[in-house]
Amino acid sequence: MIDIKLPVDEETIRKLNVGDVVSITGVMMTARDAAHKYMVEEEAPEVADVLKDGMIYHCGPVIKKEGDEYSFVAAGPTTSIREEPYQGTVMKKYGVRGVIGKGGMEGKTLAACKELGGVYLSAVGGLGTILARSVKKVRTVYKLEEFGVPEAMWVIEVEKFPAVVTMDSHGRSIHDEVLEASRKKFDEIIGD
Amino acid sequence: MPDLAQHFEELIRRASTDLYGDVYDKLTACAEAEGDTAAGATLRQMLQNADAARENSTPICQDTGTPIFYIDYGPDFRQKQVTEAAEAAAASATGKYYLRPNAVDPVSGKNSGNNQGDGFPYVHFHEMDEPGLKVRLMLKGGGSENVSEQYRLPDSRLHAGRDLEGVRRCVVDAVFTAQGKGCAPGTVGVGIGGDRMSSYMEAKEQLFRALGDKNDDPELAALEERLYGECNDLGVGPMGFGGKTTILGVKIGKRHRVPASYFVSVAYMCWAYRRASMTIKGEEVSYD
Repeated sequence: MIDIKLPVDEETIRKLNVGDVVSITGVMMTARDAAHKYMVEEEAPEVADVLKDGMIYHCGPVIKKEGDEYSFVAAGPTTSIREEPYQGTVMKKYGVRGVIGKGGMEGKTLAACKELGGVYLSAVGGLGTILARSVKKVRTVYKLEEFGVPEAMWVIEVEKFPAVVTMDSHGRSIHDEVLEASRKKFDEIIGD
Repeated sequence: MPDLAQHFEELIRRASTDLYGDVYDKLTACAEAEGDTAAGATLRQMLQNADAARENSTPICQDTGTPIFYIDYGPDFRQKQVTEAAEAAAASATGKYYLRPNAVDPVSGKNSGNNQGDGFPYVHFHEMDEPGLKVRLMLKGGGSENVSEQYRLPDSRLHAGRDLEGVRRCVVDAVFTAQGKGCAPGTVGVGIGGDRMSSYMEAKEQLFRALGDKNDDPELAALEERLYGECNDLGVGPMGFGGKTTILGVKIGKRHRVPASYFVSVAYMCWAYRRASMTIKGEEVSYD
């Protein structure tokens, strides 16, 4: 288990390899479809600080509001591939070092990881309750009214958030490797 | 809130926060089989999460899905009354954080905020002769819905003809293509025949079957068993990290088709296979 503190520098990220199990502590931001489109198509100065050497979490949480305070009730990762058209651009534009989600991403994101010194990390899909427990505080939220709860950009303090590096800055992707291995099996099973 | 809506809210709470017993047991067996590997560790995290969700009455997964209600109603109930109760419960369950606000207008992009909207929640009725109400609820997450697939046979890419061998090829292809993106290990519902709509309905309805049951049709039972083995042989593993556990089960149903069409629909359900049911008879309510 490797501890990662946010913000994180390029050197630390370059040392990570696929298969490394990490535990992340610091401030990160959730972003999914509407947020990625927004961050690419417009300037988003409000998110610049948290994203610089920071991490994006692909997550649409269940939120509890008590008074003016928000807290995370359930917060597992969402499918990352939907952000593939945007992710590399967002990473470069805002200096993002890590993207956390599920299911993996493809060539453009992998290339951005290599170029910038970035990683893609997988959290286990569906761990709504236990991943919410590692979210200690909601600092603020952007675009809540416009995007709605799941799509809003939640700036959160996390402690010991568990994830696995599945795409590294050296060009390796577990997702590609499993895909290729399973393709061989698929050909055997289907025959012809 | 009237009683009926309260019962619906409790049903939603159970489906969202209490992983159904046969799924939990199957995941436990798979975790043991995977042993001390990344796949085993991932499955154990899923089980820990299910335990924590049950203890806290918080959602197993934050994507609490599309609420899909299948309702059998006797002469003492009316569709309108039952639909209103289901809709009211969707809103009240959202207020209690059992459900995430999940109903988005595809034109305006606005989230309704309370899980009510056009055709949302989805309610499907069957009339029955005896009095009472039987409700089956499935919460179908978006990630697994996105990897579900419908095939039109013959399919030249898969060399799939209009027979069970063709069906087999479609199902293996759907599970292979899904990789870990539908939150493997999933359960696979298959609908053979029908039209585009009823074929998918058949596939989804298959997901209400118990994981350990056996198909009444011996040919389909054999195909289910074969596909269970073959899909797991793909080695996709939990969340697509690799491993022996790619799916938990395959359930196949059929509907008569018109001569011109042969559809195969594959409904993929994530590992967090959330379903629950309740029966109301007079004043008595039971959940399982």
